[in-house]
Amino acid sequence: MADTRLKERSLFDPKIMRPAIWDSFRKLAPQNVIKNPVMFVVEIGSVLTTLILLRDLIAPTAGSQPLWFTFNVSFWLWFTVVFANFAEAVAEGRGKAQAAFLRRMRQETTARRLINGKREEKIPASSLRKGNAVVVEAGEIIPGDGDVIEGIASVDESAITGESAPVIRESGGDRSAVTGGTKVLSDRIVVRITASPGESFLDRMIALVEGAERQKTPNEIALNILLAGLTLVFLFACVTLVPMALYSGVATVSVTVIVALLVCLIPTTIGGLLSAIGIAGIDRLLRKNVLAMSGRAVEAAGDVDTLLLDKTGTITLGNRMATDFIPVDGATAEMLADAAQLASLADETPEGRSIVVLAKEKYGLRGREVTEIGARFIPFSAQTRMSGCDMDGRAIRKGAAEAISAHVQALGGTVSSHIDGVVHGISDTGGTPLVVSEGNKVLGVIHLKDVVKGGIKERFARFRAMGIRTVMITGDNPRTAAAIAREAGVDDFLAEATPEAKMRLIKDEQTKGKLVAMTGDGTNDAPALAQADVGVAMNTGTQAAKEAGNMVDLDSNPTKLLEVVEIGKQMLMTRGVLTTFSIANDVAKYFAIIPAMFMSVYPEIAPLNIMHLASPQSAILSAVIFNALIIMLLIPLALRGVQYRPIGAGPLLARSLVIYGVGGVIAPFIGIKLIDLVLEAVGLV
Amino acid sequence: MTTIGWIQILLFSIVIFAVTKPIGIYMFRIFEGDRQPLPRLFGPIERLIYRLCGVDPKEQQDWKQYALAMLLFSGITLLVTYAIERLQHVLPLNPAKLGPVPADLAFGTASSFTTNTNWQAYGGESTMSYLTQMAGLAWHNFISVGVGIGVMLVIARGLTYRLQPGAPKTIGNFWVDLNRSVIYLLIPFSVVMVLVLVSQGVLQNFSSYIELTTLEGVKQTLAMGPTASQVAIKQLGTNGGGFFNVNSAHPFEGGTPLANFLEMVAILAIPAAQTYMYGLMARDTKQGWTLFGAMAILFFMGVTTAYYFETKPNPVTQGLAVDQTAGNMEGKEVRYGVANSVTWATATTDASNGSVNSMHDSFNPLAGLVPLVNIQLGEVIFGGVGAGLYGMAIFVLLSVFIAGLMVGRTPEYLGKKIESREVKLAMLYVLIFPLLILYLSAWSSVTPYGLSSLNNAGPHGLSEILYAFSSAAGNNGSAFAGLNANTPWYNIAQGLTMLAGRFLMIIPVLAIAGCMVGKKAVPESLGTFPTNGTLFVVLLVGVIIIVGALTFFPALALGPIVEHFVALAGKVY
Repeated sequence: MADTRLKERSLFDPKIMRPAIWDSFRKLAPQNVIKNPVMFVVEIGSVLTTLILLRDLIAPTAGSQPLWFTFNVSFWLWFTVVFANFAEAVAEGRGKAQAAFLRRMRQETTARRLINGKREEKIPASSLRKGNAVVVEAGEIIPGDGDVIEGIASVDESAITGESAPVIRESGGDRSAVTGGTKVLSDRIVVRITASPGESFLDRMIALVEGAERQKTPNEIALNILLAGLTLVFLFACVTLVPMALYSGVATVSVTVIVALLVCLIPTTIGGLLSAIGIAGIDRLLRKNVLAMSGRAVEAAGDVDTLLLDKTGTITLGNRMATDFIPVDGATAEMLADAAQLASLADETPEGRSIVVLAKEKYGLRGREVTEIGARFIPFSAQTRMSGCDMDGRAIRKGAAEAISAHVQALGGTVSSHIDGVVHGISDTGGTPLVVSEGNKVLGVIHLKDVVKGGIKERFARFRAMGIRTVMITGDNPRTAAAIAREAGVDDFLAEATPEAKMRLIKDEQTKGKLVAMTGDGTNDAPALAQADVGVAMNTGTQAAKEAGNMVDLDSNPTKLLEVVEIGKQMLMTRGVLTTFSIANDVAKYFAIIPAMFMSVYPEIAPLNIMHLASPQSAILSAVIFNALIIMLLIPLALRGVQYRPIGAGPLLARSLVIYGVGGVIAPFIGIKLIDLVLEAVGLV
Repeated sequence: MTTIGWIQILLFSIVIFAVTKPIGIYMFRIFEGDRQPLPRLFGPIERLIYRLCGVDPKEQQDWKQYALAMLLFSGITLLVTYAIERLQHVLPLNPAKLGPVPADLAFGTASSFTTNTNWQAYGGESTMSYLTQMAGLAWHNFISVGVGIGVMLVIARGLTYRLQPGAPKTIGNFWVDLNRSVIYLLIPFSVVMVLVLVSQGVLQNFSSYIELTTLEGVKQTLAMGPTASQVAIKQLGTNGGGFFNVNSAHPFEGGTPLANFLEMVAILAIPAAQTYMYGLMARDTKQGWTLFGAMAILFFMGVTTAYYFETKPNPVTQGLAVDQTAGNMEGKEVRYGVANSVTWATATTDASNGSVNSMHDSFNPLAGLVPLVNIQLGEVIFGGVGAGLYGMAIFVLLSVFIAGLMVGRTPEYLGKKIESREVKLAMLYVLIFPLLILYLSAWSSVTPYGLSSLNNAGPHGLSEILYAFSSAAGNNGSAFAGLNANTPWYNIAQGLTMLAGRFLMIIPVLAIAGCMVGKKAVPESLGTFPTNGTLFVVLLVGVIIIVGALTFFPALALGPIVEHFVALAGKVY
């Protein structure tokens, strides 16, 4: 394996942790923190309390809080910001480790540029321009992204995809795209460069995983506004508390305490983890080998209402397989199976092999060697539209119904009407009938079927439970399509699909307000990929398809779309639960801080101290420490994401509300009390 | 707490529940139906007014045109009322020969009635002439309600309309909504109410005040006037401005138990019915009942808390020769008792009504906390006519936005996505309200002019200031007495607070409607966040309590909450 970057990396890999710790302090720079309004308020609070600490060190005033208290509050406020930075740094670190690996591959190569299609000149790859043609031979690295315009070659793309098996790239058709940095293993190709240096796929990939190009997604922006608004509300509440406290007879209102209250109330938990959640979402996709071109695409994936799935490769295995032998006109099933197997022994197509295997499994007929039994193999030809073998005077043929009936009638045999019925029956259910004859006698029909992938029906049921409609896209006729659709359990299908029909379907769905996701690989898929809200291009596909989509699946596995949707949903859910948790937390913090603030003027309010915290200072400090630590504790959840369960929105919401809403109210009561006990035990308060 | 008390509270709730659907259907037909109800009776009047004003009822406005029309209309009516107040001594219908209303009070009062607050820093019978009461003030009791209904209709249309792609993003016509709300809803309902009230002994005349000698031999002036007509609309339109200074505690305003009961029902009848109308507009009445459910739960939480604490004896007078078996009767009418007083207090502050039949200031601290918190939650528990539902709509959008992500989709309500622009506007709405209340209360609590007219020191004094600004910002109009608000500072600060609490908050609501109306609606699926049903009711109640309580908890802790503990300890200020 050329590559380990796609392997599951432990959440707290020391290789990521060490630079992340350094980064989380470096990110304290105000120009960085200001991007996050909630954390910016915390940082200003930290500066304020630190200044008060300094003042009290130099010239303590009568109303000053004890030094150890101000020190501890300042310390933990700073660490609230550091922990939030740490979450972001860890999330970015995972991407950075991958980017470093990619960068190593982007080594400076020499390109053999073709001038006027004849003369070659050697230039550095970095001076290649769009439209240049280059020659690449076995053992050389492809100098840039492009399309093969001449020749065919096997290429090792493991650097990009992690897949070690080489792939074939050839001029023309849908397998012409090559990626810079991959290696030609055999033959010679001429490549037309389609991306200037710095804009190549590899460059974009590095920028994306590094987070350099990260832009806030629409929902993230909206959530940020909500959090900033809540922060302002609490700012009012805390600032206006000062005059009201003065009215109530509090001699001097401690700024340290007000700042502590403010920081505890503003939604620091979600504020601190929000960007980490977004980065982690892209990262989770990358670990599934899907490269999202933007966070917006990941968010859209969670919202998808309709999935368009290509039949071949996604829903079915793509090869027709023999599933049944149906004897006719007095032949027995064994006779038919025997003849069918003999006719297919030398047939290396997947269909042929499946016939041999079925005969073996069903009737115990062992595969025989063609040479051993002295048979002469008749290959398929476009003229006869049959294949088969001749041996010991037996002439066995298999082929399409019309071809065989012509062949049999030519030999003086008759074709009974029974066969017609069987043939039509198979066609009607979406299968392909293959008629077998021996001499001038028809033995029966082999039922070839497009086999639906195992477990796919359950997956679609899962999607139905999520409220997502699946539509199968196929070039088959409506009858065949309906049969396969029924078997696979998709909600709908588009038969005899043309690129135009596909495009129309996407637009229709979108007019109804739905978000559409699809996969595609060919150039003719490009417009639809661009039109779809989530377009996943296969890495084996054309450059045009990759440009048009907003995600690229490096494994080129169309089934991946299903995972993409789940990851999108996970990311949105993680945001939701942490927002709910963060706001619910405030209830307990009030009960810790408010009694502590006013105990001096109104000792009667002691019953409000329902947690029985040791002292006013201990209460405030415990709340601040809890507030900081909870960010740290929730980093794994933010990075991993909450688990999505396809149980329908209602039950899912009920579950989340209980865990993160009710739990969010209760947890801090316990946490703050525990911290208070620890503070008391170590004798700090 | 007594069985008979609970029966009365329950009966009240059942009647509100019972009128919700029929009035809701009637309102839907007025504002959204193809044909308005009783066309022979009201149709000619409606058309006449359009012709007189040159309004084309078929013309549709977008949110900006609607907002402009609404602001212009409110601004002009504010000025007209101010002028009447200042000139009442030269205008007719002034048998008591009252002089002009002072400038600051006239401004405060004009703002108060234009914003549907009806905060009264004056005693009606001793300050306002009959003409001022009827033409200056009672008039606003109708039209300011019409404005509220208009804003509600706009946000409801914005959320529920499904426009064809490319259709103009219009949301109704302000003049039509205003006209219809007065002609089809407020006037007919008031007429019926007046007749019932008069049958129950509520006063309705134009007589001069009566001088008489009481049994104790004391000379007393009995104020007279067109009371029933004022009372009907002050209750139905969640206005609350009483004809007499003590409002519905006055025997001429709410005479019999039946009159009292009907006046209470009138507070919440239309606001409750709005939820059903909304459900009809959303083509899913469950959506409306969900809002009703959340409001009902919050109502019961309030009334139960208030009832529980109000049946406790007043700790300060405990041990004195005062019979407290009936609960804390200070500031209450004996003929109403505790149950009817707390129900009224809860209803009047759930809605933006503000009329009272007992003195909230005299409630035990935690019972008095209920009306205060009701207002501070934004008066969305049924709420004001119009205002309650549009306030609730903002909370619905916030709830959906906060929790909607938890189902793994970006938030959507009635199929429409809630995006950053709507969140921005909703947060603006949410921000203005506590800013007004907390900022001005804090200011008043440390300035000499803020404190000079305060009669109570200590936590109760703070509660009184908080209550005054909450009532103004929430356009409620009820007061914790004990604070003389007829001072230049309070008249002007309150006047501005009321204007900001009404119009600054209406603009974001209209803008949200403007954003939402043109959005494509995603068809509902199994993955859609459910906004109709028990789960959403629970969520909505949670968000309203947490967001409201979290904002005001520190201030409340220094007011009623502290007062409760201090009073238990027997300390007074």
